[in-house]
Parts: sequence; structure tokens; C-alpha cells
Amino acid sequence: MKLHKLLLTALFGAVALSLPLTAPPALAQAKEQFFPVLVYRTGAYATNGSQWANGYVDYLKLVNAKGGINGVKISFEECETAYATDRGVECYERLKGKNGGGTVFQPLSTGITFALTEKAPVDKIPLITAGYGRSESQNGAIFTWNFPLLGTYWVGADVAIQHIAKKEGGVVKLKGKKIALVYHDSPYGKEPIPILQELGKTYGFDVQLLPVAHPGVEQKATWLQIRQQKPDYVLLWGWGVMNSTALREAQATGYPRDRMMGIWWAGAEPDVKDVAEGAKGYSALTLQHGAEPNSKVVKDVLELVYAKGQGTGPKDEVGQVLYMRGLLSAMLGVEGVRKAQERYGKGKVMTGEQVRWGLENLNLDQKTLDAMGFAGVMRPVQTSCLDHMGSSWVRVHTWNGSKWEFTSDWYQADEKVIRPIVMLASSKYADEKKIKARTPEECKK
Amino acid sequence: MLYRENGQFKTSYAADQQIFPIAQDRWAILAIVAFAFVGVPLLVDEYLFRAILIPFLILALAALGVNILVGFCGQITLGAGAFMAVGAYAAYNFHIRIEDLPLLMSLLLGGLTSAVVGIFFGIPSLRVRGLYLAVATLAAQFFTDWVFLRVPWFTDNAASGSVSVSNLRIMGWQIDTPVSKYLFCLAFLTIFALLAKNMTRCAIGRQWMAIRDMDVAAEVIGIRPLFAKLSAFAVSSFFVGTAGALWGFIHLASWEPAAFSVDRSFQLLFMVIIGGLGSIMGSFFGAAFIVILPIALNQFLPALGGLFGVSISTAGVSHAELITFGALIIFFLIKEPHGIARLWSTGKEKLRLWPFPH
Repeated sequence: MKLHKLLLTALFGAVALSLPLTAPPALAQAKEQFFPVLVYRTGAYATNGSQWANGYVDYLKLVNAKGGINGVKISFEECETAYATDRGVECYERLKGKNGGGTVFQPLSTGITFALTEKAPVDKIPLITAGYGRSESQNGAIFTWNFPLLGTYWVGADVAIQHIAKKEGGVVKLKGKKIALVYHDSPYGKEPIPILQELGKTYGFDVQLLPVAHPGVEQKATWLQIRQQKPDYVLLWGWGVMNSTALREAQATGYPRDRMMGIWWAGAEPDVKDVAEGAKGYSALTLQHGAEPNSKVVKDVLELVYAKGQGTGPKDEVGQVLYMRGLLSAMLGVEGVRKAQERYGKGKVMTGEQVRWGLENLNLDQKTLDAMGFAGVMRPVQTSCLDHMGSSWVRVHTWNGSKWEFTSDWYQADEKVIRPIVMLASSKYADEKKIKARTPEECKK
Repeated sequence: MLYRENGQFKTSYAADQQIFPIAQDRWAILAIVAFAFVGVPLLVDEYLFRAILIPFLILALAALGVNILVGFCGQITLGAGAFMAVGAYAAYNFHIRIEDLPLLMSLLLGGLTSAVVGIFFGIPSLRVRGLYLAVATLAAQFFTDWVFLRVPWFTDNAASGSVSVSNLRIMGWQIDTPVSKYLFCLAFLTIFALLAKNMTRCAIGRQWMAIRDMDVAAEVIGIRPLFAKLSAFAVSSFFVGTAGALWGFIHLASWEPAAFSVDRSFQLLFMVIIGGLGSIMGSFFGAAFIVILPIALNQFLPALGGLFGVSISTAGVSHAELITFGALIIFFLIKEPHGIARLWSTGKEKLRLWPFPH
């Protein structure tokens, strides 16, 4: 009986103790720029999510090791979302007001991005979704707080078709071809569909849609369909365990891997490592960068963070594809703050609104990038009030059985294809929400 | 000493049959409701509203609905998430397709649509029961998942299958601040809880309970199983559907079918089992347990580690949260299989005799 009571007391004590923690802490660290970090290190997508998270956090540590953003140190806190939308929203609410307010959120989940898109304008915190999220949010006149920097799924779909056309010897050759899209059955996987269908109409190829249910370990039926219908190419829009499963099934059904192409979330080491030889010839798009273990920024991280024993993840993963993507995402946020400081005062802590101005006026030319150690990793990116994407450079890399190698030149998405659909989708959103688009005059403010 | 009904004499049937026959209970509940309406908005910060209180209120409403079906009528359902989805998407379609339809109407129509779908999926309950019925209701879950993912009409042809709402207002009252959202959900929950409590006390509720306890005997004494079972499905789905509409409109504002996956159905079923089957109070306890405890653990563990100078990794906290949560569920189920509500009533019994238990 005594033990019973003790347990109960302990339980209620634990709950009672934790309640005050939810209240916002005093502004003791107001001199630091606070970066909330939404991650998923557990759950179905943990292997991919944790690499990204390690890269993200390591870059923030690197900036601090180099003296901060013009002297302003960065503080950060992780919150686990497990890729679930409701937990993501809870994390957002938990972190947005902490330590003087969150600077920028990067949820690494299209589902969470959709939910936060409704909340960010109210709280005035920008949302960077580098390579994911709502494709139409590229239109900064309507999506004031979303920044799908470096590329959207529509860019990805367009470039994938460009690459296939090049392999076939011109867009005319696409006529009558069958292209299957094997996609994660969620907002993430469905994003490319409108562009593919549009391109299919223009060039006369047939698009087959093959959804795979979360988390994607059950694909037998999908690949049976592929074996029956024999599409000329398979586009893979998967994430986490779905990618390696797809490659295994392709191997089992004998579908040639060199006719499969993944989006940039289906082209990292965890996706192919376990299949190794079986994935040879499989290629994937890159969000500018691939695995870059020899770039200067990676060496900096190893020297200034890992050598001091402060590394977040395993050392041998530093420089891999998803690690680099986390690093790059953090860099974009940090550069947004740096740009904002140019206008609102160097060495000061920036608010979410000021950071948004910084992100809208981001201008990273090759010289700046080289100086930061990103030579060979990415190309210049320049945003504006109306264009929140900045650039749409994409390369293709191919798995050779043991590592990723670049196998194409730089592509750029076709503005003539993307722009009308972006405008159409974003004005539909604006109509629904009764949002007035920003005019060029408002942008100058 | 304080909690005792000595000297409270009932002089009419109405006084004897009221919901809270003991004056102390009555005042305590009134005080809690008054505090929830007046005190909480003054004291609580935005995080608690958005991340804890609003989800708690909405899921408590859904748990109430599930409890009517599972706890009072004895029909096990694994399709609660499906009825939430039906409520949310039906309310969304009413909201965008009919100009100037009041928000309240959209939400209630969402609930009504869900009730109709609930009756349809309740038909198998006339032939099968127990685990077999649970499997049959699971069909509802997979069916709605499929419909809202595959039929673009329901999501207004959104490319990604995700829908969103904004500019919610009722008679000029804009529902956008956390406080207004909280009050809106609280008003819903209060009215619906009162409704549920009264329904379980009147003829229809007694029919449900008779069916739950022994359906053959109930039929012999003149209760129609068809009416009793299908009405339980209808009322339950109405509650759950309204909760789903609130979850979409008020809590998330933008959602996809995954928000109402089979996990949600399990979560709701666990709520009523842990909270207490066949108890209105239990639905609240269960919702609190499932919604608040994981988040509290998630924030408490790093702080506990901090006290001892240990920093726990994000993944570590997350794993520990799941382990502790699972252990607590097992602990409660072993200690009190009738749920937290039974612990509560045992406590009240003890309090009545205190301080002279013999």
C-alpha cells in the first residue's frame, strides 16, 4: 500500500513539476538569436531525419565557433516531431515564444508545413522549406512568410522530365512514352502530379500514378503493376524506408534501375546503402548539392566542431547528402539573419519580421558562397519580395554501388511551365483566404 | 467531514433525480466550469491554449462520443477516426460550397453527415458483435481514408489533398485568437457533455445499457436492438464528427487525411478504456491522460536530466516518453481495470467516510 501511494505521489509530482516548465522562461538569453529546431530522430523516417538534423545543428555550432552572426551567438533547442503533424504543431507552439522568440522554422515535413503556413503569418515568423513544402508558395506576393528556397517539387518534376528527354534525345521522343510516378501517399508525394500531367499533355507522354501508403514498406502490389504495364521510366517520390523498399522491389521484379529516377529526398545514402549493388545505376535529382565530403565547409565542421568533441552525430556521416542538406538549410536561415542585420543593425538580435526582410533580400553570389566554404556545393541564389524561391538549379547524381557521383550538367526549371501554374494555384489560395497580393510598393517597405 | 450529504433532504422527485444529488458536487462542478470559462482565459498563456487545452477539449468531445458507443452501448468501434474525418471534410465542403452558411451550421452539418455515415457503418452491428464488430468498423476507417485521398471532389481538387480554412466568425465574433478558440471549443464541450449525461439518464440511455449488459435479455423485455444500436451509432458519430470538424477548423486550420488515421481511432479507444468505460467523467480523464501526459513527459524528462547534470538527447527523450507512457497505461489497467473514473469514485466513497472509516 505504501509503495502504491509513493508511486502515485511521484506520478502526480512529476506532472505538477512539469507544468511550470511550459510557461515561457524569462528573457535571460535575449542577446542570443534563437533557432528552434524541429527534428525527427525517432519514428518511421528517423534514419533520414536524424542526418538532416545533425547537419542543421552542426552548422549552428559552427557559426558559434566562428564567433556568431556579427558577434550575435546562436542558441537553439530541438523538438521531436516524429514526422507527425500534430506533434509538429505542438513543437512549433512550444518553441515559437522561447528565448526571445523563434527566428525561423524549418519543419522538414510537407504536412507540418501546410499546418504552419496558416500560423506563421499570425506569429510573424518566417518558414524556410528548402526543397519541400507548398510549391505555389514560391509566389511571395501571396505567401508572405513561406520560403521554398532553392527549389520546389514542381521544379523537381520539370527537371526530371527534362533529364529524361535529354536521355531519349529530345522532347519529341517523349511522345507515346509511359512514365510512372511511385509516390508517398501524402501532400509530399502528391505535389508533383499537376506539373507532370501538364507536361504529359504538352509532350504527349502518359503519366501513371502509383501511390504507396505510409510508411512505404508494402509495395508488392505497386511493383506488380509496374511489371505488367512496363513504364519506360519510373519516378520515385519517396522518403525514408519507402526508398530502399522501392529499390529492393525493383531488383526483385527486374525493373532496370537506370530507368528509375528519384526526387532529392529519394537520393541519399540511407536510401541505397542497404541495397548497395542492387541500386547501381539508380539516379536522383539533387537540390544543387550531393554528398560533398571534400568541401571546405565540411572540413571546417570537422575541425571546429568535431575535433572539439561537440559533433552532434557520427563523424563518418558528415558530408553525406542529407547531412549537407541540413547544413545548407541552416546556412540559409543564418544568412537571412545576417542580411537582416545589414539593415536593422549589426550585432543585434533580429525579430522574425526583420529576418523575413533578410530572406526576401537574400543575395548570395558565388564569391560569398566560396568565402563561406560552399564552393562546389551550391550556386548563387537571389530572392526577392515576389520570388521566394531564389534559384532552381538542379543536377542529377547516380549511385555507383558505393557512392553518389554527379552524372549530369546543371539544369534549370522551365519558367514558362512553372510560372503559370504557380500563379494559378497561389491566386486560388488567395481567393480562398481572401488575401490581397502585395504590390511592388508594399515590397519596398 | 466536509464531503457528506447529511442533512440534505430531497423533497421532490426532481431533486432526487438530478445529475449531482450531492450539493458539494454540484457546487464543485459549477465552480470548475466557471473557472474554465472565466479564470483560465485570464491565467493561461498561448502555448497552453494552443498546444494543450484546445486539443484536450476537442479530443474529450470525441472521447465522449466513443464512450457512448463503446461504454454505454457495448459496441466496440475502431472507426472513430473515420467519423472524425467525415465530420471534418463534410463541414469543410458545406463551408466552402454554400455561400454565407454560418460556421456553426457547417460544423453541426458536418456532425450530422457523420451521424448518417455512422448509421450506415453501424448496420453490421445488428449481426455481429465483439471483436468481429471491431473489424467491421475498421472497414469504415479504411474506406474514409481511401475516399478522402482518392476522390478529389471532397478536397476541392486541391493538388496535394490538403485543405484549409480561415476567417472563421460567428455573428461578427472573429475566432482567431487562442482565447476565442478555447472558449468556442469549451462552449461546445459543455453543451455536448450535458447532452450526453442527460441522454444516458433517460430512456434511450437505459436501452443502450440494457443492450450492453445482455442483448438477448434486453430484446425479451421489449427493447428493439435495431433502434438502440443504430441510435447509439448515430449519436456517437454525431459527437465524434463534430469533434472532427472542430479539430480541422479550430485546431489545425489546415489538414490532410493523415490527421484522422487509424492511429487516431486507437487513441480514442484507449482514452475511453483508460478513462473509464460507461462514464462521462471518464472521457475527460482519458483525454487528459492521452493528450497531456506525453507532452508533459517530453518536457519533464530533459528538466529532470538537467537537475542531475545529464543532458538527454532528443531521441532519448522521445523513447523514454513512449516507454513511460506505455508503462503507465499498463500500471493503470492492472491497478484499476475500470479506468481512472473508478479511482475517482472510490476516492469519493472514501472521502464520505473520512475521517472515521469504520
